[in-house]
Amino acid sequence: MPDPILPERPRLAPGVRLHFDKTRNAWVLLCPEKVIEAEGPASEILRRCDGTRTLDTIIDELAVVFAADRSVIAQDVAEMLAEMAGKGLLVA
Amino acid sequence: MTAPAPLGLLAELTHRCPLACPYCSNPLQLDDRAGELDTAAWAEVFRQAADLGVLQVHLSGGEPASRRDLTEITQAASQAGLYTNLITSAIGLDADRLARLKVAGLDHVQVSIQDTDPATSDHIAGYDGAHARKLAFAGAVTGLGMALTVNAVIHRANIGRLTQMVDLAAALGAGRVEIAHVQYYGWALRNRGALMPTRAQVDQAMQDMQHLQARYAGKLAIDSVIPDYYASRPKPCMGGWGSRSLNVTPSGLVLPCHAAQTIPGLEFWSVRDRTLGEIWAHSPAFQAYRGTGWMQEPCRSCEFREQDFGGCRCQALAIAGDAAATDPSCNLSPLHGRMRALAEHDAAGTETTYIYRGRPVRRDATPIPTH
Repeated sequence: MPDPILPERPRLAPGVRLHFDKTRNAWVLLCPEKVIEAEGPASEILRRCDGTRTLDTIIDELAVVFAADRSVIAQDVAEMLAEMAGKGLLVA
Repeated sequence: MTAPAPLGLLAELTHRCPLACPYCSNPLQLDDRAGELDTAAWAEVFRQAADLGVLQVHLSGGEPASRRDLTEITQAASQAGLYTNLITSAIGLDADRLARLKVAGLDHVQVSIQDTDPATSDHIAGYDGAHARKLAFAGAVTGLGMALTVNAVIHRANIGRLTQMVDLAAALGAGRVEIAHVQYYGWALRNRGALMPTRAQVDQAMQDMQHLQARYAGKLAIDSVIPDYYASRPKPCMGGWGSRSLNVTPSGLVLPCHAAQTIPGLEFWSVRDRTLGEIWAHSPAFQAYRGTGWMQEPCRSCEFREQDFGGCRCQALAIAGDAAATDPSCNLSPLHGRMRALAEHDAAGTETTYIYRGRPVRRDATPIPTH
């Protein structure tokens, strides 16, 4: 089960956006006075945090993208989003 | 040596500013309006910056809102693909102008505050009514659903209200607050005697910060740097000279840091003559202190040289008289004791007036709150 503190329809907080950095060939999260690398699976999760998809939908989609067991994906997504929410990078 | 691509660009759009803060870190000699880069020149700077690898641009000054074309400049930065951060005193901005900036692509706003009490704040800024306008504008930022950082500049007169300032930032809906102890460069150096806190004040402030970090964990990001003059380790200034960021002055000179023009003998190149990429790679000013090859002892053989880069070049110049010396804020510097002694001398408070920037008056440095 996802962590209950997670927003139902997560989206990036104001002032936070996902960006593809052409120079470094990497996805990054641009935040106030900060740049956070969002490599591999992280960018796949974050690009779906658009405030319209529910957490369940995001997990369903990623299970298809990564052809992985849904329960494994659910745990990875919950952990990552909980960490982001704790840093104020994600809102309901 | 070659340089990695820069991440950040500080765009000093103008040196004009309605405030007169005694701790202004801009140079003693300001660029005038006639010499400022125009809208098209800034747009070109932003395109070149994005091509070079810059991700974030900080629109600063002076007061960037003093530029009538701030919206167009912001739009140009956004269209270049840059994350746009507006660093403002809030004077010259209102909800309407902010709404236009948001449409233009503005990502984030940083508003400075001088204190929590209106009279004291306005006294420090040298501008009546500034505090009320700042609070109103901060409300407009969060009202539009935009991200807000509050920047609180800390010195002897307000360091005791650090907790109240963070509380104010939280009440304003900020997601982040910067506790910015005054850095003594440019104009601020002239006012060091009136601004320097005491050792006891700084120790108390560090304790306050610990409580605040615990109280606001997960709710408000609080970034703070120890005041240099009371530090034992130097700050990793700019993340290394010519390593992560660059600074373009109102007239188009490209500097490795905001205060680099205080260092005599450095040759700065202009965006009017060369591309940003060429300047970043080859400008003598950027090459001067890039990497570790320029270092003297004790930096040269120090185990921390790749972590703190020997501290701040401008501070080494200001205190040691040599920009290639170890930053005297480092306890391995032979001048560390002298720096601490300077701080303690200044903090003893024999200097009690502010020399305001752009105002022909001195005023008492320790204002009395109205309540």
